[in-house]
Amino acid sequence: MFFRVIPSNWNWSWNQMRELVMEKKYHRQPGRYSKIAAIMSALIMGLGQLYNRQYIKGILMLACYVFGVYTAITKLPHAFWGVVTLGETETQLKKVGKLYKQVMGDHSIYLMIEGLITIFIMIVLIWLYVLSIKDAYRTGKLREDGVKPNTFRQTMNFIASYRFPHIVLAIPMIGVVFFTIMPIVFMILVAFTNFTRDTMPPANLIDWHGFETFIDIFRIKTWSHTFYGIMSWTFIWALLTTLTGYFGGFAVALFVEQKGIRFKAFWRTIFILPFSIPMFVSTLILRNIFNGQFGPVNQYLSLLGFKKIPWLSDPLWAKVTLILVNFWLSFPVSMLMIIGILSTIPKDMYEAADIDGANGFQKICLITFPSVMFSMAPLIIMQFVGNINNFNVVYLLTDGQPVNEDYQFAGHTDILISWLYKLSMEQGQYNFASVIGIFIFIILSVFAIWNVRRTKAFKEEDAI
Amino acid sequence: MFSYFVLVLIAVFCVYPALWVTISSLRTGDALYSDTVIPSALTFVHYLDLFKKFMFAQWYINTLKIALASMIIGTVLTLLTGYTFSMFRFAGRKNLMSILLVLGLFPGFMSMIAIYILLNQMDLLNKHAAIIIVYAAGAPLFFLFAKSYFDTIPKSLVEAARIDGAGHLPIFFRIVMPLSTPLIVYTALMTFTGAFTDFIFAKLVLRSPEKKTLAVGLFDMIAGQFATEFTTFAAGCVLTALPITIVFIIMQRFLVDGLTAGADKG
Repeated sequence: MFFRVIPSNWNWSWNQMRELVMEKKYHRQPGRYSKIAAIMSALIMGLGQLYNRQYIKGILMLACYVFGVYTAITKLPHAFWGVVTLGETETQLKKVGKLYKQVMGDHSIYLMIEGLITIFIMIVLIWLYVLSIKDAYRTGKLREDGVKPNTFRQTMNFIASYRFPHIVLAIPMIGVVFFTIMPIVFMILVAFTNFTRDTMPPANLIDWHGFETFIDIFRIKTWSHTFYGIMSWTFIWALLTTLTGYFGGFAVALFVEQKGIRFKAFWRTIFILPFSIPMFVSTLILRNIFNGQFGPVNQYLSLLGFKKIPWLSDPLWAKVTLILVNFWLSFPVSMLMIIGILSTIPKDMYEAADIDGANGFQKICLITFPSVMFSMAPLIIMQFVGNINNFNVVYLLTDGQPVNEDYQFAGHTDILISWLYKLSMEQGQYNFASVIGIFIFIILSVFAIWNVRRTKAFKEEDAI
Repeated sequence: MFSYFVLVLIAVFCVYPALWVTISSLRTGDALYSDTVIPSALTFVHYLDLFKKFMFAQWYINTLKIALASMIIGTVLTLLTGYTFSMFRFAGRKNLMSILLVLGLFPGFMSMIAIYILLNQMDLLNKHAAIIIVYAAGAPLFFLFAKSYFDTIPKSLVEAARIDGAGHLPIFFRIVMPLSTPLIVYTALMTFTGAFTDFIFAKLVLRSPEKKTLAVGLFDMIAGQFATEFTTFAAGCVLTALPITIVFIIMQRFLVDGLTAGADKG
């Protein structure tokens, strides 16, 4: 207890009176509960909660602690050993009794994955541990202020109301972590090994190679030539496809939405057709339409007297065909979106322009185009990034052909991602493929983070 | 007049592949090449071939099963994620959104090798459940449209319900959902189509012929032997594409709404 000198002044402020009242209501005690609770929880998870008289919560946390310690002692060392060494015993033929039997050695990849998962679970448990210490400390502080700590029921209610988003998001997040994040981490790790189809476990052991594969890509002439060539084509491809898709959609939208065009819905429905046919079907169909010898396009050309064009067999023409096909597939979406945006542009701007004597072209450049650009800009950037990885079209239409002998396992129309596919699925060079994968990852992340933070949907709409 | 001419030209450009494939599927013979534009003899034999020579019916059922299951689970997960990000402000929200958006940009199969090994270990290869789980797990990465749409629902509605004492889930199901029909249709359609037409992952995981999906089956038809049995392939294309195309055309209205909702909010 401490004593307060009460001023013998009748002009007490409201705050001073309030302080007096509060001092009488709650017993302030010097900071004991919070520190002790925190230390107890630091020693053994859950003890602090028990000390704070939150029994059920404390017992649950104690159970977590026991589980965590058990896992740490039994599984963690093996996991670390597995990840670091990737196995030491090879699969061998051992003499068992009178026969030679194949005795399984260590499976490097399984060791890596299991190790990863165990380490990840330990990280989660440690995070929970830290949370429990914080929780014990805070509850202790509350007790110092004289407030009774929550019962378990109250805790559950609190979680249901205030932690709803966290709980709801937990389910999708688990899926994302397991099926998106974990595989990417695995891929990054494989890039540092010598894992290829020729050294498949469990017959072989895999070793860490460090940055050797990275250096190889730039040092060995064929690899670096391939890498630069494919990377530049990937960027050109993404740029051209995004531009053609966008401007094509824009032009068609303008045509359809002009005053005086009848049957607007009919035109829109027809133009949606390329988008509505499943992409792999239409790409395979187009591959046959553009077939150099038998396809109908060349047939019509020869009927009209032109020479047959090597749509898919000449390197340059193959690239043109790819861009053309992608344009066919992608302009409906742009067109639809732009039609939507066009309808939101206020008509009076056009009328004002008419009064000022602007002709059609000027109106498009100065009114329509900027308005559309403003709404579409982030989407265009996303499209660009997406096109960098447009695997389906390239693989299904040309399969990266025509073959380029200068390139290492790649053709003229391969982009980074289709090369990655060939490297891993067809050639089995998993570590090289993973290195390429890391490059794609870095390129994507830079664009994505830059773009995402700028998007209007992301900037706070809290202004409501 | 000039505009009409351009529009007709573009229409031909759009429709031609579909038209050509349909005619090819009805043409006699197996070849890619045909002498005349309009075939002299029409036959349905290729459609029958699909069911006799290839297990087309089985593929169809497989694909429908996978697509429907992925659609239901994926839509629920995506809508919940979008709703949570839109309606709540909580610690770590901005960072989580950035992470999810960045992850959504990755082509699915960069994770392919790892997922293949994982599935191998869990003994889930060549099973449909595996594919459904992977599709559904990947769906929430595209929550941005859902979030943009939910952002347009006035907060005052939700707050009024909160004052009246409604909990989170009742608000979601009784108030927000009925207002979001275009979004639900759009998300369901997109997840269904995505699962229906996915090719790479299905090709990787499904090995035996009776478990294949349409995408894998059709691809194998045309990639294996060069341009033989092309007309049967054409018939397969028509049957595969027809339902989706019809659904798309009917739902055209919702598509425009769904796409522009995303576009408006940037």
